[in-house]
Amino acid sequence: MSTENKQFTVSVYTENNIGLLNRISAIFQRRHINIESLNTSPSEIESVSRFTIVVNITESQMKKIIGQIEKQVEVIKAFYHTEDEIIYQESCLFKIKSELLFDERQIQNIIKDSNARIVTVNKQFFVLEKSGRKEEIDLLYRELNVFGIMQFTRSGRVAVTKDEMKISTLLKAFQE
Amino acid sequence: MKETQTINNNSKSTETTERISGSEAVIKCLLAEGVSTLYGYPGGAIMPVYDELYKYQDKIHHVLTRHEQGAAHAAQGYARISGKVGVAMATSGPGATNLITGIADAQIDSTPLVCITGQVGSHLLGSDAFQETDIVGISTPVTKWNCQITEASQIPGAIAKAFYIARSGRPGPVLIDITKNAQFEEFDFKYEKCKGVRSYKPVPKTDETALKAAAELINSAKKPLIVWGQGVILGKAEEEFKAVIEKTGIPSAWTILGASAIPTSHPLNVGMVGMHGNYAPNILTNQCDVLIAIGMRFDDRVTGNLETYAKQAKIIHFEIDPAEIDKNVKTHIAVLGDSKDSLKKLLPLLKSNSHADWHQKFKDLYQIEYNKVIKNDLHPTKDGLTMGEVLKEINIQTEGKAAIVSDVGQHQMIACRYAEFNISKSNITSGGLGTMGFALPAAIGAKMAAPDREVIMIAGDGGYQMNIQELATIFQQKVPVKIVVLNNEFLGMVRQWQQLFFDKRYASTEMVNPDFVTIAKGYHIDAKKVSNRQNLKVAIKEMIECEGPYFLEVRVEKEDNVFPMIPTGASVSDIRLE
Repeated sequence: MSTENKQFTVSVYTENNIGLLNRISAIFQRRHINIESLNTSPSEIESVSRFTIVVNITESQMKKIIGQIEKQVEVIKAFYHTEDEIIYQESCLFKIKSELLFDERQIQNIIKDSNARIVTVNKQFFVLEKSGRKEEIDLLYRELNVFGIMQFTRSGRVAVTKDEMKISTLLKAFQE
Repeated sequence: MKETQTINNNSKSTETTERISGSEAVIKCLLAEGVSTLYGYPGGAIMPVYDELYKYQDKIHHVLTRHEQGAAHAAQGYARISGKVGVAMATSGPGATNLITGIADAQIDSTPLVCITGQVGSHLLGSDAFQETDIVGISTPVTKWNCQITEASQIPGAIAKAFYIARSGRPGPVLIDITKNAQFEEFDFKYEKCKGVRSYKPVPKTDETALKAAAELINSAKKPLIVWGQGVILGKAEEEFKAVIEKTGIPSAWTILGASAIPTSHPLNVGMVGMHGNYAPNILTNQCDVLIAIGMRFDDRVTGNLETYAKQAKIIHFEIDPAEIDKNVKTHIAVLGDSKDSLKKLLPLLKSNSHADWHQKFKDLYQIEYNKVIKNDLHPTKDGLTMGEVLKEINIQTEGKAAIVSDVGQHQMIACRYAEFNISKSNITSGGLGTMGFALPAAIGAKMAAPDREVIMIAGDGGYQMNIQELATIFQQKVPVKIVVLNNEFLGMVRQWQQLFFDKRYASTEMVNPDFVTIAKGYHIDAKKVSNRQNLKVAIKEMIECEGPYFLEVRVEKEDNVFPMIPTGASVSDIRLE
């Protein structure tokens, strides 16, 4: 097994309970592992939450951590995926001075080419939204940064897997 | 108490509920779970529950310890000797944080514990109120499960879940934090035992193919070695385990927490593995062809350097916790499941064998260890008393029937090495966490859970003083535990390391101790000190014959070392005899 660090995306299906985020993040913290990004949301199953966590670690570390996550009472199932096993997106927002939209004609081209979307415009600023892969967002950031960005924020990664995840079957099996 | 009836329309059955307070519900839940004894310490945020304990004192015995840490360890001792869930209770803030060491100890040693803490009123949460602390946050990494309750109606469900989680699968500690308003609030009480939690599968399914592959590998092995751990005891699999080893004739060694699952004198019992374990099983770990691990977790104190641990062997791991598979040692065959069930299914697949030549190797190495170490420990010729001869005398006088509750350090290693066990669940010690101060309160819990058994606490002069206040609990509750302090006026294990690895720089390990006999007598506990060999036998006899609690201080040689020893980072086969 590779001893090199790789980027892994972790999907964790859980009950929706207070304190579970703490319990899961503590598993990484205890092993001195930095979480690159973390997102929690409802999942395809009612009342089941889904965590999407991105980390850079070795595969052997990853496997052990999956074991520790699954061991938590309120975790239904945890998976880890490599980049080619998932479809993923991140989302970001830029707040930019409105005058630049008119003074710097190039900005309009950047927006068009990057498939970014203008969420709102007023006299002072406009807000640009862009969803995509990390590199696309990085590129857009670099291009806009030249003109000045008032605020920037990026979401955690959300991902779905190419393969099926049989959580409903699992939940049934648990109750047998 | 007002009774109301609710009618369940679907099933047309009637269910009785009663309108009671949250705090009374706590007691009723504990009673419904079969709790007859709990350990704790009152305080502001848990007072409503204590008020109910007062009313229910004929049904449930609350033991007032002298420190919340004592309550947690006493509950652990209670659980470890009985296999039942131990219960500890404390108030918010410092009361709750004082439980933490015991909870962490129970987590790493898989001890079923339910801890109940009081919390400030829910309107005060997060306001830095008096004695408010985030105990759910603090206890998260050291509990199997925990939760905070802010409404009385959540109490029965949470407590039922807590007991279910604590005792099922790989056991562990849980904590329930109940805000004061939830304790006061009245609600319609009804209790239902928890039968399952949707997201939690306590016992993984045993894969029959893996089981068959394991049996084949065991049958074909020429030099197999079994290392068993506490999983055999927690799974109540002692008989099944014995049947497996007796049929296959495989030499079997134990981890500290596995001790006492089969008698010490069993011919197939080849001793303890690990840092201060026996010579033969450590050396031969690196010569066996198949290593069969049963209910153990390859702790670093067991394996030494992993790079050189049993590399020549194929490894089979019988284990209830999937997270333990390949965590430290890569296994060839993992058999998940409950130890009792797996071993029962394994037995008919196994072939009878005796492995006579292989056993001879263990005998030869034992002889070397006997000549170099054991003889001097048990039959010393020097003047000073050894810890080993105290254990030998206890073995003789209790006929190996005592439960030994040890603390942490040199005396613990000596106790585990030399105590003779004939009854399961007799070695109660802090294994994974190595908590000094564990033994005295744990012995209280053990004796209360098993009043018919002789419970002997063995501690060093260091650890004894870490929870020495529990002598008051022993006195108040009249718990007839036997307290043996092996006093070398040093923090002996640290001193041993300083001698071996820090050029004898004895930094802060020498102890100037009080008069322990006077202290015990101050608590009205019969006490004696013995400093020479000719008085040892009589002193131990007097202790065993005493009907009440008894304190015995044995002055042992100041600078004795525990051997064999695997230095940190060394291989198991590089175990030193001197």
